[in-house]
Amino acid sequence: MQEITTKELNYLRQKALWVWKETLAIHRRAPETRLASSLSVIEIFVALYYGGGLRFNALNPLDEDRDRCIISKGHGSICMYPILADLGFFSLDELNNVCKTGSFLGGIPDPVIPGYETVNGSLGHGLGVATGIALALKTKKNDRSVFVVTGDGELHEGANWEAIMFASHHKLDNLNLIVDNNSISMLDHTDNIISHSNLVDRLTSFGWSCVEVDGHDIAEVQQEILEQKNTTNGKPKAIIAKTLKGHGVPGLENASLSHIMNPKTELIDQLLENLNDSLLGGR
Amino acid sequence: MNIKPLPMRDVFLEKIWNKMSLDSLIFFVSADFGSPVLDKIRKDFPDRFINVGIAEQNLINITAGLAIEGYKVFAYAIAPFITMRCFEQIRVSLALLSEVRPMNVSLIGVGAGYSYVVSGPTHQCYEDITIMRALPNFQVLSPADHITTSSLFDSCVETNGLKYLRLDAQVQPVLYPLKPPVITDGFHLHEKGEKVCFIATGFMVHTAFKLAEEVNKSGFKVGVIDIFDLTNFSNEKLKEVLEFYSGVVSMEEGFSGRGGLDSMLFEFIAKSKLNLKTLSIGVEPGYSFELGSREELHEKVGIGIQSAFKKIQPFVYAIMNEIME
Repeated sequence: MQEITTKELNYLRQKALWVWKETLAIHRRAPETRLASSLSVIEIFVALYYGGGLRFNALNPLDEDRDRCIISKGHGSICMYPILADLGFFSLDELNNVCKTGSFLGGIPDPVIPGYETVNGSLGHGLGVATGIALALKTKKNDRSVFVVTGDGELHEGANWEAIMFASHHKLDNLNLIVDNNSISMLDHTDNIISHSNLVDRLTSFGWSCVEVDGHDIAEVQQEILEQKNTTNGKPKAIIAKTLKGHGVPGLENASLSHIMNPKTELIDQLLENLNDSLLGGR
Repeated sequence: MNIKPLPMRDVFLEKIWNKMSLDSLIFFVSADFGSPVLDKIRKDFPDRFINVGIAEQNLINITAGLAIEGYKVFAYAIAPFITMRCFEQIRVSLALLSEVRPMNVSLIGVGAGYSYVVSGPTHQCYEDITIMRALPNFQVLSPADHITTSSLFDSCVETNGLKYLRLDAQVQPVLYPLKPPVITDGFHLHEKGEKVCFIATGFMVHTAFKLAEEVNKSGFKVGVIDIFDLTNFSNEKLKEVLEFYSGVVSMEEGFSGRGGLDSMLFEFIAKSKLNLKTLSIGVEPGYSFELGSREELHEKVGIGIQSAFKKIQPFVYAIMNEIME
């Protein structure tokens, strides 16, 4: 596999920074949105959507020829709004309307949003449905891939493990799970609730191909996505991306209650002002 | 015509097996639940038959994934498990998701009411009509014999959307020996009778006939309706039929007064501005671990011939007296 070039890496970093800024700006306008869990997953989504791993068609979001991307961590994917708008799934102007009457961009994303495939406000549903999609594609002899992005907290839901067992038994190597392992649920660190111990070992013992990456190292995430997508070894694949909830926001980052914390407006303004505009891409 | 009664599920599975060879989009998913007929499907269509194991949540998730990719999915399990173990999966990834992603899904629940007689309350099912009819976008189907079951299968394959089909686990007498009921009507008037009509679903249609016989001994003749589509029946036709009566008795093998057939029917009567007295014959709410035959269990919970007749007799007499006065 080709290594990422400096140019590509800079492009991805600029996009990630732009998405981070836009996500903060959306949250400033719509404080009902969950910020912290949307900040931990930015590099994952940027790597997927801008890094060549995911095949999509913004003009025909349900194109049969697309890779399917199931965004299971519903609340924590507000950062997808700027990404989908930037890629042409809908107008950038819509970002001004998040949570407003008449908008299709809610506090929790729904599949009325072009680019969202399934319902994920309730956690722990995405992986199972993605597994069904992966089975359907295999049966149809459609060689597209299925990606599913979950948080680590939602892996407490038992239905995930039913799907994890099913996927390896049925050799669904077209199924690619990425866990945004920010290690914090709503009320505490998952280690203090029910520890996931070592997710890589757990998934490996369930028959998955599984690796761990630094979820904020966009090159590592992108390279691993491509690597796994191109591996057909009869095993479903998982990337456990170690991330920080509330990434980049002082006071929020890695705070055990970050899920329900809203940073002060002045702090958001200050963070946005201090960003180096030359690093920003997209707009 | 003498038609041998058959197990509903075997008729259903046989038809699926037939149809799967003609329609490559039919997919069959089971939660470790089967019958000898199912073995044929497993053997002949290994790429479109999957046993997910004892895992109903995954059964529904896999079903949803297959369905949004265009498969016509039949998901198969014991009635209380396929409805209640995985209710939120059904709500989120079928009922809700179907608002934006078209699908053709049939959930087949075997073991309606008390049909798993000796297995006790975990396997018996008195709540499924209530909870499944609470979901928009779901059609709730409840046949009383294998002929109706067979016709409902055809409708399930041909019609897009979400259906819950509850089947009795035991062989039931044939109600439609000459020709199947009109599926789009959703109900069938068997006996017109006069003044009072019994409206029953599933197994209780057979009880309704027996109760009608008892009532008829007093010289009154009551009507009997089999309602097999509890959500999409023809409102106009049912209204037209019910206008003829003064009283209606609902009969179901589910909890009485808890949102099942009785609630559906009485609300329909109110909405239709029908001037009808009503009585609900259903399971007295509560759970029991007692063993007995289906008939014995029915007597204990108020839906057996004798226990139901005790409630029906004064209801019918009151209506008849009122009319004579």
